[in-house]
Amino acid sequence: MSLAGLRQGKPEHAGHGEAGEQPHEVAADIHFAAPFSKENAGMDESVPGGAYNFAYLDEETKRMIRRAILKGIAIPGYQVPFASREMPMPYGWGTGGVQVSAACLTPDDSFKVIDQGADDTTNAVSIRKFFERTAGVETTERTAEATVIQTRHRIPETPLTEGQILVYQVPIPEPLRFLEPRETETRRMHALEDYGLMHVKLYEDIARHGEIATAYAYPVKVEGRYVMDPSPIPKFDNPKMEMAAIQLFGAGREQRIYAIPPYTRVVSLDFEDHPFVAGKAPHDCALCGASDTYLDEIITDDAGSRMYVCSDTDHCATRQEAAA
Amino acid sequence: MYVAVKGGERAIDAAHEWLAEERRGDVSVPELSVAQIREQMALAVNRVMAEGSLYDPDLAALAIKQARGDLIEAIFLIRAYRTTLPRFGSAEPVETGEMACDRRISATFKDAPGGQVLGPTFDYTHRLIDFALAAEGEPPAAREALAEEAPMPRVTEMLSRDGLIQQEQASDEVPPDLTRAPLEFPAGRPLRLQALTRGDEGFVLSMAYSTQRGYGRNHPFVGELRIGAVPVEMEIPELGFSVEIGEVVLTECETVNQFTGSKTEPPQFTRGYGLVFGQTERKAISMALVDRALRWEELGEDNLGAPAQDEEFVIAHSDNIQATGFLEHIKLPHYVDFQAELELVRKLRAEAMAGQQQEAAE
Repeated sequence: MSLAGLRQGKPEHAGHGEAGEQPHEVAADIHFAAPFSKENAGMDESVPGGAYNFAYLDEETKRMIRRAILKGIAIPGYQVPFASREMPMPYGWGTGGVQVSAACLTPDDSFKVIDQGADDTTNAVSIRKFFERTAGVETTERTAEATVIQTRHRIPETPLTEGQILVYQVPIPEPLRFLEPRETETRRMHALEDYGLMHVKLYEDIARHGEIATAYAYPVKVEGRYVMDPSPIPKFDNPKMEMAAIQLFGAGREQRIYAIPPYTRVVSLDFEDHPFVAGKAPHDCALCGASDTYLDEIITDDAGSRMYVCSDTDHCATRQEAAA
Repeated sequence: MYVAVKGGERAIDAAHEWLAEERRGDVSVPELSVAQIREQMALAVNRVMAEGSLYDPDLAALAIKQARGDLIEAIFLIRAYRTTLPRFGSAEPVETGEMACDRRISATFKDAPGGQVLGPTFDYTHRLIDFALAAEGEPPAAREALAEEAPMPRVTEMLSRDGLIQQEQASDEVPPDLTRAPLEFPAGRPLRLQALTRGDEGFVLSMAYSTQRGYGRNHPFVGELRIGAVPVEMEIPELGFSVEIGEVVLTECETVNQFTGSKTEPPQFTRGYGLVFGQTERKAISMALVDRALRWEELGEDNLGAPAQDEEFVIAHSDNIQATGFLEHIKLPHYVDFQAELELVRKLRAEAMAGQQQEAAE
């Protein structure tokens, strides 16, 4: 056997010159294994959009992820390593959140996806479509009606209730990463509850700027033990993390899952004389008039005029409907 | 009213339609078939198989077609597909010493049992654009000779017989698999080798190159480079014995590296090892150099602080699918975070300016 081994199934009759003229004839010798054939175990034929297993991942993988989730819930704020799979969307685009959602979804769930607070941003649309296709679950834009909400960078304004699950997409799960690049070191620091480096960083911020110069992904301490990265939500959302719903965090590329059980103490790090302040733009929403929501700043013309609108599109629309 | 934040769904669909059109290109030019890519872009196919960690030339060729020739995108398609495949079991270790070699060279000995076999290589070509290829026409048939029946023992085995090269410990342990278990550090050599063989060719090449330029220098010689087909055998539990289930083409590189000995070991050569799917010799040689650099601790060498000696640095950044995903995700909207930063900067500036004015007033 020679390099022809690379040319698997090379037909002897495909002589020179034929290939260029009739490309499709040559294709007949190509053999693809059926990836999602009926014969494959665990495939759910009832799911619309083809014979993918329910919510894409195979049951063994979902079980592995559920174990990690349960461990995470048992140790609030602790980053549980899990064997993250390669998903059909890129790392950094929510593969961790998608895997956690896939492991949580049941056919009766109602699924909502937001990115930057909005249901209609490109990545939210893409992920919602993915689960519509592979799980066939009902989707909704209503925060109150959703049982599983996957989010990137926001916590919905409408308070979540018991029975809901909020799934965060996490880029860098390690709150100490930018203070110490080595995983071996940061794991040791968590084990020893050695968070001095973080406090020094916050102190240096105050010394330099007069306040803690972290506006998003503001570190929190969970149930008095683990310092945790809340994912890049604005610090405005931090106080909402003490909630009735289950919060699950998935970092696909970094292979970590962590969790906050309902009604868990979540404290944003600060100092007694420099207490944590949740900040937002000092305006009201131009559409619904809300004064207590996180706002997007939108530049409306080339003279630099701007307007402020709720980043949570469902919350804003619901308020507008109520007012109309 | 500003409406750009709405209509994402329709925009995405339209973008995908446009992409499909661009992929096809000018319809007056004949469409590429998967078989043409597989046959005539074989080295691209090999790279996609190697870094996609899936040996299937047809599928790799299809991925290249779908990805419009973007190999990292093609690798990504293969990786995502690979996730969905059920696992039946593990093959027996392949015996590369009994490879049917298309190419086998040693840079350490002028001749060795089995001989130097150049095979289909670019090595001695002049890199002049061959305009004849732009015209239609077939190359003349290459001259042929009968393959020698003589075995081709590994060159390093000859050094090993004299005790001149460090011995590798045999092990029956099931090697770990970074696609099935979360990667934890220190990872150890089997995992490092797995990460390197599926790592980005450019990254592994640059890491290897950095060792040659002095960042963790280890004086490598290509003890042997061999490319060829090896049978893959698998033990079928119901049968109780191994059967051949197919054949893969592999590139294997063993480097022989200088070593001056340590307190416990007499002076001897050491090894670096590279093994990659397909004809992928640049990658295999690079892998061997980086493998050798990462073995500093095991061989009792100093950590010089070179990037290629740093297991966590190398493995955490070698995967191009992870890297490209995370890099490109910054194209996604970040206006919530940016808004938070904007408010913070405005506030800090306001405070700083107020302070300056007060100072000026005083």
